[in-house]
Amino acid sequence: MSTLNRSRAKSAFSSPIASAAAVVIATLWTIPTFGLLISSIRPEQAINNSGWWTFFTNPEISFENYEKVLFQGTLIQPPMVQYFFNSLAITLPAVVFPITLAVFAAYALAWFDFKGRDFIFFSIFALQVVPLQLTLIPLLQLFAKGLSINGITIIPNLGITGTYIPIWIAHTIFGLPLAIFLLHNFLRQIPRELVEAAKVDGAGWFTMFRALIFPLSIPAIASFAIFQFLWVWNDLLVGLTFGAGSKEVAPMTVRLAEMVGTRGGGWEVLTAGAFVSTVVPLIVFFALQRYFVRGLLAGSVKG
Amino acid sequence: MNVAMMIPQRSLWDTVLPNLTILGIAIAAFLGVIFLIFVLAERASNNVQNILKYIVFLAPAALLLLIGLIYPAIRTLIFSFMNANSSEFVGFDNYTWAFTIPEIRIVLRNTLIWTLLVPILSTGLGLAIAYMTDRMKRAAVIKSLIFMPMAISFVGAGIIWRFVYTYEANVNRPEIGLLSSIWRAMEWEPRNWLLEAPLNTLLLIVVMVWIQTGFAMVVLSAAMRNIPDEITEAALLDGTSNFRRFTRITIPMIRATIVVVLTTITIGTLKVFDIVRTMTGGNFQTNVIANEMYSQSFRQMNYGTGSALAIILFVAIIPIIIYNVRQLRLERTER
Repeated sequence: MSTLNRSRAKSAFSSPIASAAAVVIATLWTIPTFGLLISSIRPEQAINNSGWWTFFTNPEISFENYEKVLFQGTLIQPPMVQYFFNSLAITLPAVVFPITLAVFAAYALAWFDFKGRDFIFFSIFALQVVPLQLTLIPLLQLFAKGLSINGITIIPNLGITGTYIPIWIAHTIFGLPLAIFLLHNFLRQIPRELVEAAKVDGAGWFTMFRALIFPLSIPAIASFAIFQFLWVWNDLLVGLTFGAGSKEVAPMTVRLAEMVGTRGGGWEVLTAGAFVSTVVPLIVFFALQRYFVRGLLAGSVKG
Repeated sequence: MNVAMMIPQRSLWDTVLPNLTILGIAIAAFLGVIFLIFVLAERASNNVQNILKYIVFLAPAALLLLIGLIYPAIRTLIFSFMNANSSEFVGFDNYTWAFTIPEIRIVLRNTLIWTLLVPILSTGLGLAIAYMTDRMKRAAVIKSLIFMPMAISFVGAGIIWRFVYTYEANVNRPEIGLLSSIWRAMEWEPRNWLLEAPLNTLLLIVVMVWIQTGFAMVVLSAAMRNIPDEITEAALLDGTSNFRRFTRITIPMIRATIVVVLTTITIGTLKVFDIVRTMTGGNFQTNVIANEMYSQSFRQMNYGTGSALAIILFVAIIPIIIYNVRQLRLERTER
């Protein structure tokens, strides 16, 4: 009945003008990316001497740009493939760490009874929108020098500058508030009877997490994982500041931004480079769009 | 003899292997520790577990947020009242600097333009597209395409649009940028898009709108689907026009979501620095606070002015934080 109504309503509503307008907008939205993709597979002299749309009248295909940008490095300048794997090495741990810690904290905030619980929860919620810029300098100093108050060393200098560790930690910290908030909302919806029943069966807090809470929260974890993956993979600010300028750990975004800036910025390498950096998030996006949207709808607060 | 020949070329495997090893070790060690904690903790007595649960579940995240967000934020506030290398207090000098130096006033003005235009344009467009595709058949492809820029990095988007805006000074050579090419075909006066203020700021804003419209569309069309069919059908039976239905029913029904989308995009816009950095490097009067904060802190190495700019950014966000917390309180009491 309701599906019937829905489809009747559908046919009654869909105006051809609106449909046409939507198609036009979608086309406009796609053209810039499409132009980049086409350009990246054209020979260098073709890119620089004619617009990418001439490809359709005079198609010339060459994968030299990709070969050049991906594999041709110099002594001091590693090729893009190095940065690709740097991005991978940054992103996967920077997804696993915050999600694990966040699902723990969300469990505590949703199901432990303790004083100050609401205060902590609201604080974390408020922290979601704190701009990273606010924390950069002190956090960098923390990684470089450790932390000491009045000469008492609280955190020693760990000598981790120039490794992946500061980048992982920074991403973990910045990802936590949103992750905790989303997962908390999800975990609260688990029926109290289920938790009580597990307690009656003699499950402790740890067994309960392992056997009940964690398996139930996997869908929510998946949604957030995609979110965090895209966020970390596409990030420039954290990679730039916490990578300490080391080419060994810099992600692809940092290299791309560098290519645009000073040296080596011909369109043939820029278009191919930009596409290489975009292809992974695009695959993730199109393959898992449904989960991504779910995550987005659950907590559209973080910027 | 060719020098390059003497240097052993690093093979692909040489770059891949160390990274994969680090990646594997990091994740395995992390999960291993957690596994071990669970094995031990599950064997502990109930009393021990009652204390242990806070240490294992709550403490790591709480400590990280305390040390990684709250403590640095307070330090930044202190730095903003100190000189370039944080050796002595200078009072409000950094703030006076920010509001009086003409260059920085342009930065503040641009940030204001961004935070006004991007949320309004993105949300407006997203709303319109969501409404147009609401009851449309096979809208999924259209929505995917408009949503796609969300998956692209700001740096990538910057390059994509730089290419659109490329300008060729020599009239005898073909334009390779799409916009310039259309311009030339129309025989309009050629323009070097990214150099002309204030046009260039608007062109950079287009990039952010391009990215955020998809977000607005997805969230708003989900909200529209939650409007009960009966209401829309009643309006339809009354012969209400599409436009009136949009203004009288759709918008009021999803007002709360519109506000969420507006605030989310506002926050994102305040923080974004990658677009400006990639496209103009903040030159030609296109700079914004987030980018200038980076330049002051890490190029000029002036922690005082950099921190002051970060604080200004934060102060701009405070009303949104308060609003959000209030909304959440309301939601919770309603339950």
